Amino acid sequence: MIDIQNVCKNFGSKKVLDNLSLKVNTGETCVIIGRSGCGKSVLLKHIVRILRPDSGRIFIDDKEVDKLSEEDMDALRLKVSMVFQGGALFDSMTVGENVGFGLIEHTNIGHKELLERIEESLCMVDLCGVGNLMPSELSGGMKKRVALARAICVRPEIILYDEPTTGVDPITADSINELIRSLHDKLKVTSVVVTHDMKSAYKIADRVVMMYQGKIIADGTSEQIQKTDHPVVYQFINGLAQGPITETLEHDNKVVL
Amino acid sequence: MILNNFFISVGRNIIQFMHFLGGIANLAFQTFWMIFTPPFNKDRTLEQIKKAGFDSLPIVSLVALFIGFIFALQTAYFMQRIGSEIYIASMVALSVVRELGPVITALVVAGRVGAAITAELGSMQVTEQIDALETLASNPIRYLVVPRFLALTLVLPLLTLYADAIGIFGSYIICVFKLGISSSMYMHVTFDALLYKDLFTGIFKSVFFGMIIALVSCYEGFNVEGGAEGVGQATTKSVVTTFILIIIADCFFTALFYFIFP
Repeated sequence: MIDIQNVCKNFGSKKVLDNLSLKVNTGETCVIIGRSGCGKSVLLKHIVRILRPDSGRIFIDDKEVDKLSEEDMDALRLKVSMVFQGGALFDSMTVGENVGFGLIEHTNIGHKELLERIEESLCMVDLCGVGNLMPSELSGGMKKRVALARAICVRPEIILYDEPTTGVDPITADSINELIRSLHDKLKVTSVVVTHDMKSAYKIADRVVMMYQGKIIADGTSEQIQKTDHPVVYQFINGLAQGPITETLEHDNKVVL
Repeated sequence: MILNNFFISVGRNIIQFMHFLGGIANLAFQTFWMIFTPPFNKDRTLEQIKKAGFDSLPIVSLVALFIGFIFALQTAYFMQRIGSEIYIASMVALSVVRELGPVITALVVAGRVGAAITAELGSMQVTEQIDALETLASNPIRYLVVPRFLALTLVLPLLTLYADAIGIFGSYIICVFKLGISSSMYMHVTFDALLYKDLFTGIFKSVFFGMIIALVSCYEGFNVEGGAEGVGQATTKSVVTTFILIIIADCFFTALFYFIFP
């Protein structure tokens, strides 16, 4: 279980997370929606302690992330994988080395078994046999899937996805959605997915939460979110140019001017 | 108003500089800690030794050889006037081993290897590869900085020794084939002039220069913000800062050795 309690984070004078609290239950797929730059990715990075909160606490399975020693944190990180927006594949290594990185660095796994695990992970994302290619030889969609394979190769309990379907064609996007769904169904993985692709959100979510101005402003199932009468959420999920989100922006700009 | 702005900008620069020093000190501390605690990355260190050391041999050879030529000719210009050509050998040997060898080698390596490190780590930073390393439970300092730090600290003194030899060889060519000094005489005067402490001063400095290059270039790489433009700016900043620090450190060590080993 991931338990985020009253987390605040500022970058300079900009308040990115404002007393934010969120609980994600074990085995649940929680989708975080919100506009670009509203702090969704920042929130994900707090969960794996790439960033640390200014105040507030984050627990993973009752362990407080910010208080763990480096060794304990590394042990925890092997249970929590993250899929980055652009893939973040190591471009000096082959696809296979990328996928097997966690196992190569942190386990004493035998060579044969390692190759099997790498191939198995690649096949799960429909990329059997590309292990010897370099990341630069892959298309954008393939890179995303390799990043996904790298995340599942260590058989994590929690996977954090940073915009897994952004920038890929609709068919690949759907196959990524199916994969996230099947990992959830088969392996009972807890997932936190940050996205602004509403189609993807409805398809994979057990629960959808919306972030706005550093806070969670809506929390419910896909159906509840779709039927919302909250004006901000309504504007966002229906992709309307006119509404409270854009009006606030204009208002803010006027204040600045 | 202008005065006010002046003080604001001075203050801002001082704060930035302190921030930089703090960052470098922090990185240095963590790097030292991780050098002595397992797990160790032998393969990656060897790879960096090859990149920083072996691959730098051609450019270091070229620069050192020409420095030898130039320095011999320049010294000859004056020595011939006072009829003491033979002392060109001792002048060149001392200057190259104590000053020119370590500094020129460090500057060449800073430009060739330091810039590459900043650009590489900077690109990794903007594409979130460094964050990815962390999420895969590999500490970026242990994984990226320690091998580069060890490689540069080890390789720079060796490259310096090599550059010393090539520089003296360059001067030898000018003196023996152009100025007619006998080969054995040249060698004799060179080895007569050099003391162990001269060699030690040069090598000692170059160890520190290696550390400076590694720490500054890694620090700037890790702190890249923005995209390609940020990487470019950081690379420039890294090379300029390293050059300045190397020259300042050189001045400090030269003064130090001058007073403690007169």
